[in-house]
Amino acid sequence: MVEKADQIFVLLQHWLVSFFPLAWQHAAGVVLDVVGIIVAYPTLFALAVLMERKGLGRMQNRYGPNRVGPFGLLQPAADGIKALIKEDIVPFRADAVVHFLAPLVLVVAVFMGLAVLPMGRNMELVDMDASLLFVFAMGASTELSVFMAGWSSRNKYSLLGAMRAVAQMISYEVPLLLSSVVIVMMTGSLSLTKMVEAQNHFTGIFPHWYVFTPWGLAGFVMFVVAAMAETNRSPFDLPEGESEIIAGYFTEYSGFKFALFFLGEYVGMFGIAGLGTTLFLGGWSAPASFLTWVPSWIWFFLKVELWICFFIWVRGTLPRLRQDQLMNFAWKFMLPMTLVNLVDAAVWRFMGEGWLRWVVCAAIVAGAYALMGRGGMRRQGLRPRSYRYAE
Amino acid sequence: MLGEGILKGLAETARNFAGSYVSKERLTTVQYPEERLPQIEATRVFPFLVYDGADWEAGMRCVACQICEKECPPKCIYIEKSKEKKPDYVGKMQIYPTRFDIDVSVCMSCQICVEVCPFEAIKMNTEFELATEDRFGGLLLDRRALAKSNEYYHTIHPTEAGEVDARLAEEKAKAEARAKAAAEAAAAKAAAAKAAEAAAASAPAANAPANPQAKQAANPAANPPAAPVGGTSAAVAKPENPKDASAEEKPADGGE
Amino acid sequence: MSIVFWMISALTLAGGLAAVLLKNLVHCALAVTVAFAGLALLFLQLDAQFAGFAQILVYIGAVAILVVFAILLTRNSETPKEGGVFSRTWLAGLAVAAAVFAVLGWAVLAGAKGLPGGAAAAPAVTVNEIGRALMGRYVLPLEIVALLLTAALIGAVIVAMHETLNVNGNGRAK
Repeated sequence: MVEKADQIFVLLQHWLVSFFPLAWQHAAGVVLDVVGIIVAYPTLFALAVLMERKGLGRMQNRYGPNRVGPFGLLQPAADGIKALIKEDIVPFRADAVVHFLAPLVLVVAVFMGLAVLPMGRNMELVDMDASLLFVFAMGASTELSVFMAGWSSRNKYSLLGAMRAVAQMISYEVPLLLSSVVIVMMTGSLSLTKMVEAQNHFTGIFPHWYVFTPWGLAGFVMFVVAAMAETNRSPFDLPEGESEIIAGYFTEYSGFKFALFFLGEYVGMFGIAGLGTTLFLGGWSAPASFLTWVPSWIWFFLKVELWICFFIWVRGTLPRLRQDQLMNFAWKFMLPMTLVNLVDAAVWRFMGEGWLRWVVCAAIVAGAYALMGRGGMRRQGLRPRSYRYAE
Repeated sequence: MLGEGILKGLAETARNFAGSYVSKERLTTVQYPEERLPQIEATRVFPFLVYDGADWEAGMRCVACQICEKECPPKCIYIEKSKEKKPDYVGKMQIYPTRFDIDVSVCMSCQICVEVCPFEAIKMNTEFELATEDRFGGLLLDRRALAKSNEYYHTIHPTEAGEVDARLAEEKAKAEARAKAAAEAAAAKAAAAKAAEAAAASAPAANAPANPQAKQAANPAANPPAAPVGGTSAAVAKPENPKDASAEEKPADGGE
Repeated sequence: MSIVFWMISALTLAGGLAAVLLKNLVHCALAVTVAFAGLALLFLQLDAQFAGFAQILVYIGAVAILVVFAILLTRNSETPKEGGVFSRTWLAGLAVAAAVFAVLGWAVLAGAKGLPGGAAAAPAVTVNEIGRALMGRYVLPLEIVALLLTAALIGAVIVAMHETLNVNGNGRAK
């Protein structure tokens, strides 16, 4: 019974595929899986948008949307209808082909990245040996779409926003990859399914998630920060800085194309949250050994929702970072910290079992953080400003 | 330490989020069409005309003196006077406005018309939900729309209305006292005149000193009531004096 | 030589041709990106997963972006070049391209003679084996390439810094 609940989507897919003739069954299976993902993630997107608006509202001492349905539950439907019936304006001198293709490239790249996430036991769409590399490759493709959007609008400010966005995404790609290389080191494989299975063991009631180790925790924190920067999410949302360059690289988009960009951004958030869950938080494994009766896909989506809540929480708290502050943070703090983390993981691996390796590794990570943090803050030169007047 | 500020910020936001479900001060939204913010007593939006009693035409305090029309900075008041008069709250005959229009799309709620009105006839209303679909005449309020009863005035500005009522009652009492005194004086004068006539019929020689004495006795009796009224009438504009004269005249007429 | 191979090859060739025939330079850069994507798909079709994904990650994710940045930051005008895309010295260009193709073709065919017969399965190269090879047999080339990249990075920083110093008269270097 527990097994059935756990594998319910797999069983559903097998049952639906059995209606097709034998020659077509493989293709039909793939198509059904894809349809499942395409139905599930935009629904999650709608809920995430609503959760974000209501959550931000509560954090800012106000209600979120509460007029459209009970507790505002139909607000995403209203937003969707609005986006669909708005006029699609393409600027006269814009490059029409590239302008049209940019949101498509974004959405395609983002949905492809979801294809290898293990959303439950036996529930990944494709099981590849190098699936982690595939996810990062798809993430890199989103940068291209951002650039295409900014350039094709023939708008100085869009182009500026696009340049900033691409620079930011490239800079933060490096800590993102390096903090996941640690996990690859410890698992010994690039395959996401193997990483989840490696974390699915329990000592007593505690799970063997990588986040509960010193290097895992440091890697997790850095992955979270880099993930926020990759998806252009507050406090790293200067490229789409709503109060500065209106909407940055998607200023000139309206109606359905804007909705596609929005969808792409949020599904990208889900993808990176799913990746982070798989790498650090144990994917679909339960948090305690007595909770394994709960279906695995519930754990996965619960953890992804927790990530989204954390993203919303940080958005409601922190002010936006300036471009040079962003870049300084990426290259001068996060990159050295990820390299220290790599050394830390190697020390962990070669020290053998025991309590000593916990102490040593925790000391290395904490020490590096304190030293670099102090250095970073001192280098700011926080003095009273001196002004020089024009005369 | 690096990151400390971020953690403090996160804690504060979390406190806001959780607190918004339990305490009112962390969720200060007033959901407008269903709830409204309570208005303070001194709220002023657009003017209205006060009337006493039940009949809005007969009880309207406005006497079409046009002071508010002249003092209004954007000139949003338009008044037309009547040809005939009607009695006011003390009974004196006053003209009244046959037309009193205020264009509330022009009115800037400065309350100058209220400040200069000598008759406590125009006061500030607190109603602001006046949106209308009629673009060209919907916000031009005429006399009927502007007339609201004194009881309504008490509900929206209780302290002010109480003060106004006290002042008007005092005026009325003084006017009545003066009227009574004048009536007594006139009656005394009439009685003295009758006595003088009677005495003149019998003793013409004793009348001459008696008449001026009676007259002087009557006049000092009449003057002291006049003097305090004259004193307070310095605060009120000159319409009071005609009132005195008419108050004296009427009981005199009534006396005879 | 399946249908998938023909389709992917057609896509790659189309991208390559578009890259040299289009007028707008940024369009050319995007067409080159399509050609890169076609190459990656060819790698994947041959079951070389690491090569395919590394191609996407490096070429599309970084090189294409670099090309586009370089175009945008160095060209002032966005109007396409007048007078068509064919240069006047096209014959010399064709000759050089044919020579390069001949050299590469000879190298590939000479190496292919040593392989066993056509349909034999190539050894499945996993990422594990690539890693072991890099760290074991090819560690010296790896280190040299790393050194080369570091030198390039430092050189770029120095060149940029000198420009900053020259632009700001009083030499406010960061």
